[in-house]
Amino acid sequence: MSDSLSEDAALVARCREGDEQAWRDLVERFSRYVFAICVQGFRLSERDAEDVFQEVFTRTYEHLGRLRDDAAIRPWLAQLTRRLCIDCLRGSRRELPADDAEFEIPELDARLERLDEALDVHHALDRVGGDCREILDRFFARDESYRTIGDALDLPSGTIASRISRCLAKLRETLEGRNPSLTSSSGSVTR
Amino acid sequence: MSYDEQHLAEALGALPPAPTAWVRAAQELPALRGLLDEIVERIEQDAEFRRRAIADLEDALRSEGYEPDPALVAALRHRLEPPE
Repeated sequence: MSDSLSEDAALVARCREGDEQAWRDLVERFSRYVFAICVQGFRLSERDAEDVFQEVFTRTYEHLGRLRDDAAIRPWLAQLTRRLCIDCLRGSRRELPADDAEFEIPELDARLERLDEALDVHHALDRVGGDCREILDRFFARDESYRTIGDALDLPSGTIASRISRCLAKLRETLEGRNPSLTSSSGSVTR
Repeated sequence: MSYDEQHLAEALGALPPAPTAWVRAAQELPALRGLLDEIVERIEQDAEFRRRAIADLEDALRSEGYEPDPALVAALRHRLEPPE
């Protein structure tokens, strides 16, 4: 079992034991994924996305005890989110077909596949350690400037670019299963 | 999957954080259970409240003094729907 699947399974097991911190961690771990499926995958409005988002986690909370495989929480969540997004769109557009098989959104599968890959990368980033998660997440996912990141993390803004490069190298090593090191990268990165 | 820097950058950028309030509401679901139990019990015992909840759950909650935030409404709908 991969590191990510083991972490998922351990988290689900702790939730089932009534560990409320584990539930908060599980929501944190998958909130971006569920949000992205709603907004990027199915292009739901903010209001509909919020309803689906809350419905997904409500059902997850209620159904955790009945999951057959703890490690399968991620595909289970993806499938549930997908189904609820389709229900939501079907509710707002009467002309949509009743059969899921006939429900087609152009490039939907490709978009969902990209989100799945992105989640792998984010979970690998959790394992990189140090301040890499904060730095890379702030720069790439939150679109913050070097100065904002530097101020938030109490780091000289002139060092942020090189830290980003080093953290990307460590992330790549983690994803490739190599031991993380502080290898520097000279490649330039654009957003 | 390629792990070059450009690809990693795109992957990291593809998952921006969900709105903080949404995440917090979902994280507080365990704490909502007591409130849910209370509302469900009232709906079961109060025919008028039940009728209004079926017609418009959010409005019924508001009129009874409950804040109908999406997490509460979603959880309540799930509790009130018939088993699959």
